Amino acid sequence: MAFLDISHLQKHFGTQTAVKDFSIAIEKGEFITFLGPSGCGKTTILRMLAGFESPSSGHIVFDGQDVTQVRTNQRNVGMVFQSYALFPNMTVAQNIGFGLKVANVPQNQIDARVQEMLALIKLDKLADRYPWQMSGGQQQRVALARALANQPKVLLLDEPLSALDAKIRISLREEIRSLQRALNITTVFVTHDQEEALSISDRIVVLNEGGVEQIGTPSEIYNFPRTRFVASFIGTLNQVNATVADVAAGIVTVGEQRLTSSQPLTGLQAGQRCLLALRPEAVSLGSPEAGKNNLQAVVDDVSFLGSIVRIRTKANDEVFSLDVFNDPNRPLPPRGSTVNLSFAPENLLVLP
Amino acid sequence: MKQPSRLGAWIAMVVGASYFLIPLLATFEFSLRMRRGEYSLDAYRVVFADPQFQATFGYSIVMALVTIVMGVLLVVPTAYWVHLRMPKLRPVVEFITLLPLVIPAIVIVFGYLRMYNSSSFIPLTGSERATDFLLMCSYVTLSLPYMYRSVDTGLRTIDIRTLTEAAEVLGASTPTILLKVIFPNIASAILSGAFLTFAVVIGEFTMASLLDRPAFGPYLQLIGANRAYEPSALAVIAFLLTWASMGLIQVFSRNTTSRKSS
Repeated sequence: MAFLDISHLQKHFGTQTAVKDFSIAIEKGEFITFLGPSGCGKTTILRMLAGFESPSSGHIVFDGQDVTQVRTNQRNVGMVFQSYALFPNMTVAQNIGFGLKVANVPQNQIDARVQEMLALIKLDKLADRYPWQMSGGQQQRVALARALANQPKVLLLDEPLSALDAKIRISLREEIRSLQRALNITTVFVTHDQEEALSISDRIVVLNEGGVEQIGTPSEIYNFPRTRFVASFIGTLNQVNATVADVAAGIVTVGEQRLTSSQPLTGLQAGQRCLLALRPEAVSLGSPEAGKNNLQAVVDDVSFLGSIVRIRTKANDEVFSLDVFNDPNRPLPPRGSTVNLSFAPENLLVLP
Repeated sequence: MKQPSRLGAWIAMVVGASYFLIPLLATFEFSLRMRRGEYSLDAYRVVFADPQFQATFGYSIVMALVTIVMGVLLVVPTAYWVHLRMPKLRPVVEFITLLPLVIPAIVIVFGYLRMYNSSSFIPLTGSERATDFLLMCSYVTLSLPYMYRSVDTGLRTIDIRTLTEAAEVLGASTPTILLKVIFPNIASAILSGAFLTFAVVIGEFTMASLLDRPAFGPYLQLIGANRAYEPSALAVIAFLLTWASMGLIQVFSRNTTSRKSS
């Protein structure tokens, strides 16, 4: 049995369904991210894990114990909130030691644990400061230490980086991941930021309208999206309308041009309209290459993005964008010129 | 560009201040005239030496403190619960807490006398201690609008839901959350409510008089009816107490504001 087992979880608010039949098995020490747009149900699931919301149906099992009906303060979970939620009347040390004090741990043990946690988050010298005397990044590190001080079974992170500026966000993200690995603590992270999710997770659960769209490793989610929603939500993607020509051979047509995909054309029939998904970085510019798809397109726009140049082309009124590394010695194709786009059949995804 | 003249504003302020200050200064000046031909603090000396003053003032202070404790214990958990679990009921609760401002004290106290007289089902007026308890309850009612408003304002300045959830997830029970997280974070708001309650209770006349309790309000009335200079001295003392309470509210709220804005 998995360390954290969620089965057939549902949540209704009146007539509205926030979470539809959600199930997942999470192993000990795994870092799972719930990713999706606002209102997709990710926070509701997290709140049910914490015990703030009661599921309409389904079960939550922590380490073999069914906690579905267990009160929040009996669950032994740690949680970090978007708004830090440090107690304003307490110092950093008192905030970190709060959970231990509530659990009636002797004061000398609390002091030792607080020191240990302060060292872990590298804020040893700020033990006597109040939250309002610290920056957002420091406050969130204290919130993380407070959540970990009680040695919880599961760590829940509710968009903990959203309120921070970009630079702090990246450094704290790395800090959270290294702490999580060092402590081997099972972690559930909620975010709407795909880059955050891709960089930090062992597995990602992509949610939409209360249901699961796809569960997989960051690489699987990014490279092989299974639904149109995942394809459009994760990263920049060329989405092109096409027609299935031969299911067995994986051939589709865009206008008169034939393209091949080595991915299975599941659930599709010959003559059916479909959606092609292709990452811009999978497309290269140049002479036609044998064994690859080659597509003739007209350059519509060229955007200089620093190290990367994004070229927008059109083939049969469908837009194909591609990314090339900036090379000052290589001239970029002018607008209106016809170019050849090459991409491997395994990089072309065909979605119903 | 020419700055607009502030003369009008200054005139309005001086007129307004005069309306309040001149009678007060006159009262103060009159309270110093007890000794013929010279100013003295004799009236104050007489008042402070009066055993009835000490007894009634002491009684009202004790009543005020008990009222504050009961008010806080009643209002803080109620307001917290309304904010956290029943936000839709907030207008209803606010309306109920404002009723003592609309219903005259005399109506409330006659209601009490009818409900709790010595031949009623709950004969609270049957003994002195029970009447004290009834008076304290009436003071809690009278001060409800001030205490509730102060606490409600305090609760609005903090993110109660998240702080409660953060404490819950760390293993805290509801009483622990109230005591360790909510109370300390709205301490200045509670103190504001407490000082307002103190100011209301210390000079209250109607309830204490009709329930026949030896409070400071009826004593003020009694002295006012029978003496010349002492009532003025008592009025100044009462004013000073009220102003001290207001000043303390300012001090505490300023400390909190500066802490939150830094």
